[in-house]
Amino acid sequence: MSDERVQLTINGRTWDTVVESRLTLADFLRERCGLTGTHLGCEHGVCGACTVMVDGDAVRSCLMFAVQADGTEVTTVEGIAEPDGALSPVQSALRECHGLQCGFCTPGFVVSITALLRDNPDPSDDEIREGLSGNLCRCTGYQGILKAVRMAAGDGEGDHAAEGVEPTTAVSS
Amino acid sequence: MKPPPFDYHRPASVAEAAQMLADLGDDAKVLAGGQSLVPMLSLRLAYLDHLVDISRLVELKGVERSGDVVRIGAGTTEATVERDQLVAEAVPLMARATPFIGHAQIRNRGTVGGSIAHADPAAEYPAVVLALDAEAEATSPRGTRTIAAEDLFTGLWSTALDDDEILVGLRFPVWTGRCGFAIEEFARRHGDFAIAGAVVAVEIGEDDLVKRCGIGLIGLGSTPLRATAAEDQIIGRPVGEVTGDELGRLATEPLDNVPADLNGSAVYRTHVGAAMVARAWDKASSEARNGTNTGANR
Repeated sequence: MSDERVQLTINGRTWDTVVESRLTLADFLRERCGLTGTHLGCEHGVCGACTVMVDGDAVRSCLMFAVQADGTEVTTVEGIAEPDGALSPVQSALRECHGLQCGFCTPGFVVSITALLRDNPDPSDDEIREGLSGNLCRCTGYQGILKAVRMAAGDGEGDHAAEGVEPTTAVSS
Repeated sequence: MKPPPFDYHRPASVAEAAQMLADLGDDAKVLAGGQSLVPMLSLRLAYLDHLVDISRLVELKGVERSGDVVRIGAGTTEATVERDQLVAEAVPLMARATPFIGHAQIRNRGTVGGSIAHADPAAEYPAVVLALDAEAEATSPRGTRTIAAEDLFTGLWSTALDDDEILVGLRFPVWTGRCGFAIEEFARRHGDFAIAGAVVAVEIGEDDLVKRCGIGLIGLGSTPLRATAAEDQIIGRPVGEVTGDELGRLATEPLDNVPADLNGSAVYRTHVGAAMVARAWDKASSEARNGTNTGANR
């Protein structure tokens, strides 16, 4: 049915295009913009894999239509690292603390953690758990992810960082 | 999962949106935060020809107090309510219920009005609106009217709002005096729809008698419910005499349409519901007795 014009900024780049009104922001990012870092798990707002920032707020990109992002500034996982490709503190901490295994849920976690720490730079364990309760991980387990958040928050509790130990090798589970 | 095709409309004002709804008829639906509507479309539980997006209407956003009423604009996001100092002080039950809604990413887009208009029997805000005797403001091309909370929820996902009406705001009476408020829920995982839950608001007099009480039930019927019979039976009684167990029993005894699904039978949910009422009562009544809810007393 209706096609709608959208103009938006994604990771600093401006897009001006026409979309079908029923196209979700997630599908727009993946299929039209080639930003396949945003993953789609459940497609109805439960798993959190598709989390992106819209005007700074972490939101489910599967629960928003692309046309609704008209005029906004969107940040996806591709926009989190430094322009030279250096990992952000959150990304480094996830790698360091074995906060990912298969990586499917990771983009959602990276975006959620980045937003969480921006709003609450020194969260308690309860606040971390609450802040990440909307992201599901099915393989790594959450302990490494929690550790990574603590490390990225700068309290040095990521267990390997302080000792300069190499990241844990992933074992199949 | 892709939603069925629809025409998208983004009116610039509430008046324009209401006129649009009137012109488009019942094939049109309001799109607010979309955190319930979009999944319903994606799962193809709903087919709509037109969506009228009101999520950007600034006139629908904001919290303000005038006298003993706090008005929350229907377009105010749950995240805003969660952080709002005025809500925390004057309508503490709304503030305390908010963290139970979905997750932070959902609350960043989900709106107060959307939750009420969606009228899910397992949602938090409808129970709060019922328990506190709030009022809904609805605007259509015919004007604006007020709907009492008790008249608002008419069936599963159904409200008294007409097809051309937009919920524009909710007015909460500020409960003053010796009051206490609590919400309790039981869910398999935090953020899931609760298997059962309850909100309790209570006011007691200087004589320690229960002066006013509102009990909202979550997930225990086909509509959001208020346990009026239970409230009636404790009003006027000494607060210390009413036990949580008794109130839980009173609140759940009249239930005759408790849903059953994979998460629990009707009997189980009723049992959990009674326990949630009991816990919420214990918290709310002790807050009222100890005067720890200083916010509402201002």
